[in-house]
Amino acid sequence: MDIERIRKDFPILDQQVNGQPLVYFDNAATTQKPLAVIRRISDYYLKENSNVHRGVHHLSQVATEAYENARNFVANYINAEDSKEIIFTRGTTESINLLATVMRSWILPGDEIVITGMEHHSNLVPWQQLCESSGGKIKLKVLPVNLDGTLDLGFLEKMLTPQVKLLAVTHISNVLGTINPVKEIVELAHKKGVPVLLDGAQGIAHAKVDVQELGVDFYAFSGHKIYGPMGIGVLYGRFTWLKRLPPYQFGGEMIDRVTFKKTTFNELPYKYEAGTPNVVGALSLETALRYVQQTGLEKIFQHEDKLLKYATEKLKEIEGVRIFGQAPNKAAVVSFLIDDIHPYDLGMLLDQMGIAVRTGHHCAEPLMNFYCIPGTVRASFAMYNTLKEVDIFINAVKKAVGMLR
Amino acid sequence: MTIAEKEQEVLEEFSMFEDWMDKYAYLIELGKELPLIDEKYKTNQYLISGCQSRVWLHAELKEGKMFLTADSDAVITKGIISLLVRVLSGHTPAEILAAKLDFLEQIGLKEHLSPTRANGLSSMVKQIMLYARAFQIKSKEKKS
Repeated sequence: MDIERIRKDFPILDQQVNGQPLVYFDNAATTQKPLAVIRRISDYYLKENSNVHRGVHHLSQVATEAYENARNFVANYINAEDSKEIIFTRGTTESINLLATVMRSWILPGDEIVITGMEHHSNLVPWQQLCESSGGKIKLKVLPVNLDGTLDLGFLEKMLTPQVKLLAVTHISNVLGTINPVKEIVELAHKKGVPVLLDGAQGIAHAKVDVQELGVDFYAFSGHKIYGPMGIGVLYGRFTWLKRLPPYQFGGEMIDRVTFKKTTFNELPYKYEAGTPNVVGALSLETALRYVQQTGLEKIFQHEDKLLKYATEKLKEIEGVRIFGQAPNKAAVVSFLIDDIHPYDLGMLLDQMGIAVRTGHHCAEPLMNFYCIPGTVRASFAMYNTLKEVDIFINAVKKAVGMLR
Repeated sequence: MTIAEKEQEVLEEFSMFEDWMDKYAYLIELGKELPLIDEKYKTNQYLISGCQSRVWLHAELKEGKMFLTADSDAVITKGIISLLVRVLSGHTPAEILAAKLDFLEQIGLKEHLSPTRANGLSSMVKQIMLYARAFQIKSKEKKS
C-alpha cells in the first residue's frame, strides 16, 4: 500500500496545527474524507440535485437512480441478501434509536435486554430508556467486561435466559479496540432464540462485515467513520424482522395511501425512510466504500495493525503507562494513561504539538467506572497514518509527560 | 492593586516566555501548588461539571469583597484557575462583574475558556459572575 499516494487523496492532512505538521490520530471519532468523496458531494449539487422518488422529471429520476444504486452498493458491501434490508439513517446512533423505538412491539413487560459493559452510550441509553418507559418491567442486563477488555462468552450463555428478547453488543469497542467474536456471539444467541444487534460504528471500518456470514439480525453503522460524510448511516435489518416491526417516523416516502381516516405504509426499505432522505450522503457513502474497496480491505487492516502494534510497543516503553484493552484480537485503537496524569492535560499538550487525539470517557462512562478512571487518552489510526507519525506521537507523549511529572 | 493592574502583571510574567513549552510549564507549576480550595468544598455541591476535567469553586463575601477558592483534577486547568483567582479574588462584586478578562486572550490561553473545550473553565467564569451578581443584589437589599 502506497501511503504517500493515499495521503495525497486526503488534502486536509497536509496542514499545520500550532506550528507543527498535523498528526491526526482521532480516527475512531471520525475519519477524514478523500477527494473522491468531496467531489462526489459537490458534483451532486452541481449536476444532479433533485428530490428522489415519484418525480416525473429527468433530474428526479437521475437522483432516484443514484440513491437506489447507493443502497444496492451498500447491500453488496456488507453482503445483505436484499437491498430492501438497507435503511439509510443519520448514523449509528439514529439506527439504534430507530430499532429501540420499533422494538417496543417485540420487547414487552417481563422481557429482558442484554448489553455488555463496553457499549458506547449510543448502544446503552436507547435500551435503558426502553426499559425505563416500561416502568421497570423490562430489565436491562449487562454482561461484564473482563479486565483485559474481552467478553466472557460462558457467562453470556448463562445470561441468555428465555426472557431475553434482544442482545445488543458492539462489534469493536471504541475505547478498548476489542474485536468481539461476533460470529460466535450470534451463534450462541440464536441457539437460545435471541436476535442480535451489532453496533458497527467501529466495525464497519476495521473489520470485514458480511452480515450473512455473521448471521446477525441487525447491524448499525455510520458513514463518517469509514471516510464518508457525516449525517449518513445505515441500519441493516433482516427482511423478516423489518417487515414485522412497525414504522418509526411518519410522512413522506414511507406513506402508501392516505385518507383522513386511515394511512397505509409503503414497503421496505421506504417504510423506514420518512421525509426527504440524505441523498448526497448516500451517494458519497457509496464513493467512500468504493474507495476503501479499491484500496483493499485486507491491506488497510494489515497496515492499521502494524501501526497499532508499533504504537503499543512504543507506549509500553514509557514508564508508568497503563493500556486499557489488551484483547488478543484488537483494532486500530489504543487507550492509555500514564501515572496519574489527567488525560485532559496530556491531550492539551499533545494538541500544542499538532497531535489530535481524543481524551475523556469516549461516551462509555460505565466502562470508565469499571476501570475507576476519569477517562483515557485514545489514539486511533486509519489507512493514511504512518509509522513516522507514531514516532512523532511517542516523542510528543514523552515530552508532555516530562512536563507534567 | 486593581483587577486591570493584576491582569497587566500576569501579562508581563507571560511575556518572558519564549515558546509554548515555557508557558505551559509555568501553568503546570501553578497547577501543582497546594490545593487552592478547602477540602470541605471539594464536594458535588461546589462541582462545576465540565465533562473532561472537573472544577470546584467556592465564593464568599467578606467586608464587601469577594474571595474565591477553586480547584480542578487536571493540572493545566488548575493553573489557569489560579490565574483567574489571583486576578479576581479580593475585589468587590461590581469590580468583578466589570472585568473583561481579556488577558487570557493576550497570553494565548483564550481557547481554554471556550465552552467547547468542556474543561469547566468557561462554566467557572460564568459561575463567578453569577456569584458576584448575587452578592451585589444581597448587599443592596441590606442597604435599603
